[in-house]
Amino acid sequence: MSVLINHVRRGAYADSVALMRLSAEIAARDGVEEAAIMIGTPANLEILAAAGLLDETGKTAAPGDMIVAIRARAPDIAEAALETAEARLQTSGTTASGDAPTWSPRTLRAATAVKPDATLALISTPGDFAVAEARKAIRRGLNAMIFSDNVSVAAERVLKLEARALGVLVMGPDCGTAIVQGAPLGFANVVPKGPVGVIGASGTGMQEVTSLISRLGGGVSHAIGVGGRDLSETVGGISTLMALDLLDADPATEHVVLISKPPSAGVSRSILDRVARSPKAFTICFLGAEGLTAPTNAKTASTLKATARMALGLPDDETWDGPPASMRSGRIVGLFSGGTLAAEAQLALMRAGRSVSSNAPVPGAQAMGDAGAADLVIDLGADEFTRGRPHPMIEPAVRAPLLSEACADPAVGVVLADIVLGHGAHPDPAGAFVEALSPPSDARPPVVVSVTGTDADPQGRSRQIETLSKAGVIVAPANIDAALWAARRST
Amino acid sequence: MSSLEATIEAANQETVRRMLAAEPVLVDVIPASEAIPALDDGVILHAGPPVAWKRMCGPMRGAICGVAVFEGWAKDLAAAEALAAEGAFAFHPNHTFDAVGPMTGMTTRSQPVMVVENRAFGNRAYCAINEGLGKVMRFGGNDAEVLERLAWLRERFGPLLGAALRRSGGVELSPLIARGLTMGDEMHQRNVACSSLFLRALAPHLAAVADDDDDLEGAFAFMGGNDQFFLNIAMIAGKAITDPANGVEGSTVVTAMSRNGTDFGIRVSGLGDTWFTAPVEMPAGLYFPGYTEADANPDMGDSAIVETIGLGGFAMGAAPAVAGFVGAGAPSGAGSYTRAMREITVAENPNWTIPAMDFAGAPTGIDIRLVVDANVAPTINTGIAHREPGVGQVGAGIVKAPMACFREALIAFAEKAGVA
Repeated sequence: MSVLINHVRRGAYADSVALMRLSAEIAARDGVEEAAIMIGTPANLEILAAAGLLDETGKTAAPGDMIVAIRARAPDIAEAALETAEARLQTSGTTASGDAPTWSPRTLRAATAVKPDATLALISTPGDFAVAEARKAIRRGLNAMIFSDNVSVAAERVLKLEARALGVLVMGPDCGTAIVQGAPLGFANVVPKGPVGVIGASGTGMQEVTSLISRLGGGVSHAIGVGGRDLSETVGGISTLMALDLLDADPATEHVVLISKPPSAGVSRSILDRVARSPKAFTICFLGAEGLTAPTNAKTASTLKATARMALGLPDDETWDGPPASMRSGRIVGLFSGGTLAAEAQLALMRAGRSVSSNAPVPGAQAMGDAGAADLVIDLGADEFTRGRPHPMIEPAVRAPLLSEACADPAVGVVLADIVLGHGAHPDPAGAFVEALSPPSDARPPVVVSVTGTDADPQGRSRQIETLSKAGVIVAPANIDAALWAARRST
Repeated sequence: MSSLEATIEAANQETVRRMLAAEPVLVDVIPASEAIPALDDGVILHAGPPVAWKRMCGPMRGAICGVAVFEGWAKDLAAAEALAAEGAFAFHPNHTFDAVGPMTGMTTRSQPVMVVENRAFGNRAYCAINEGLGKVMRFGGNDAEVLERLAWLRERFGPLLGAALRRSGGVELSPLIARGLTMGDEMHQRNVACSSLFLRALAPHLAAVADDDDDLEGAFAFMGGNDQFFLNIAMIAGKAITDPANGVEGSTVVTAMSRNGTDFGIRVSGLGDTWFTAPVEMPAGLYFPGYTEADANPDMGDSAIVETIGLGGFAMGAAPAVAGFVGAGAPSGAGSYTRAMREITVAENPNWTIPAMDFAGAPTGIDIRLVVDANVAPTINTGIAHREPGVGQVGAGIVKAPMACFREALIAFAEKAGVA
């Protein structure tokens, strides 16, 4: 037998939507059959009557009164519900049951309306949409950094040609890193401002060089990513040439660093011709290129570490001996989150006279799975590992099983890896790395890594090194040092 | 910018210019047959895009039966239903005849319709008088009480309101709406301020022209007791504003959004009178006691014309409480809805501004390209009818326009432009 109670609050008013929400809340209580809180207008009295919610008390309500009407399974339930309703009506600020939704722009058009002085758009969408969004950005006069990959090289060329005609720069696609006027974008590291400008077709290569520059006491004016294919024959270095113009004109930049895989011959010529016309000094690192003839204002470097040192006027022949370790027979397994770091390691191992295979082989290395190669270098950022998953610099879990496997493999002489810090990277990559280490250090091959980053990075390079050292991991000062150490310790 | 893009931008500017230049003035109340000569016996105008009897939802059928009895075309509801089923009535959208109607949107020959004249362009638009809350025909109500009220509107109130309006020289609606926005109305679910302002403006003229004290008292009580009285007036303003904006070659701006309880339809300025339709969605909202969403009819009514001109869901920031209709929507976040709608519109209305949003203008001129590109559907504030005929309103809430209309319209536009 259900009970109905009506309570009339004389001279009370509240917003009707607020009352409907409170009604729904009270009606949802256990044992409450129906509830309504309404202002006593004739129309509302009709609604209450039709719902079987109006008693003699309620009928006395005037349009200036509020009725709390509750029908429940038992008197105590009705009374408790009424009490709650009354309490809620006495409390201010009860109409919002959640935090106010905050609006953030969904479109470039709205974003530029909010921030009309913006000069750059960072585009991170599935590749299918990246070109369309980048086109919108450049047509609004914005420079575009395209973090997305999976953009065809033909589309890249068309986009960059249009951007050039519009006088804006396209960084990317697949541009993971940039530092523009001190603002770190994508996977950038926190480095001080200084006179070195960097142009790079390689994300982790730029991170390694800018971090080394910072650790050597230097600073960076801008680091401009151009995307890994900018120096291909198809794209022709459009963005690299525009970036050269920008840094030429930038008074804060005294020395320019160029980092890339070896460009095609024709593009290489046009880039070097352009460098020769620049009033600034250059360090050029085309990783893996042989016999490059640089103009007089440029020097060439064959490693990222040498690049950083030369940019600061330091001797480029510094080496790192590392801790002594007994020679161990077996192959080297390199597990890299950074693509350029994996490429540099392959080159170093080959220069040391070793045979290398990789899922992302540099010229001269073998494709993974080919028989005969001693060492294996895996780029965990390659498509086969990132499809449907975050990049290993964001989510290092992809490396864990391979690391455990390599540590347990008696045929492995040294395990080589990179730890990459910075904005956008995992909050504790060293922690994730050591967690996957097994068995204990005396029963596994030596593990040598380098840590790309600075102490100013969110992860703190010193803290990361401490984590690694405690777990018995050998930490080399640079990626090339780790690779060369591995080459020396493994037969 | 490509030449097509430049053409579209220019055309859209022209469409929006026409919308913003409009001067809607409520001038008269006249019989529908006088306003719309095509309204012969048996002709029924309804809300939304065209729909045949077989596909009509419950409340739409209920309203048709009720209005057929009201017009004397059938002796009772059962007879009306039989006549409708055998094709005795001709159904057309209100929009085809410069008219609009809320929810079921019934317009037939003897009903009084309010007349809005767009003095900047010379066109006129029409809508019946809002019947009030509770059981009413626009929500599918059709019993004796509903029909009696309609008769009173036709015989007593309509002529009185018309005389008062003529004496006043017309009530300018744009400034009235602007004022309502500053007082908490968004003109779809909230019309308290504008209804009151309108009554205040017209009271002396009503008093001056009323021959009968009962009529005057009835008029004041009716208008003063109906918080939504102004909804129909805002809707005619919307129709009067958007009609001259339709037919701008190359424009991708929406000039009508409307629902018949079965289909949602839009019209696009550059695509003329073609309706692009998709199945209507269910509103999300709050219900009157005794009803749940199981009782709700899908979205219905020509009233989305107010969103088409930047009011209703587009002006949510002006009426924070209305945001409470959706989920955990906090009134303090109401401006988010308006900002989101600004992403799919060409301009802001400098005359209709929202104080709590630092006087941002109502987002005006829905661009189908922006809707598809941003994947943001227009937000519409709406009443909710019972799915069965004859019951009436059971709640209110918020509904999204279906994206498919906008995609189809955009494809049709691209085909017309030769770029599909």
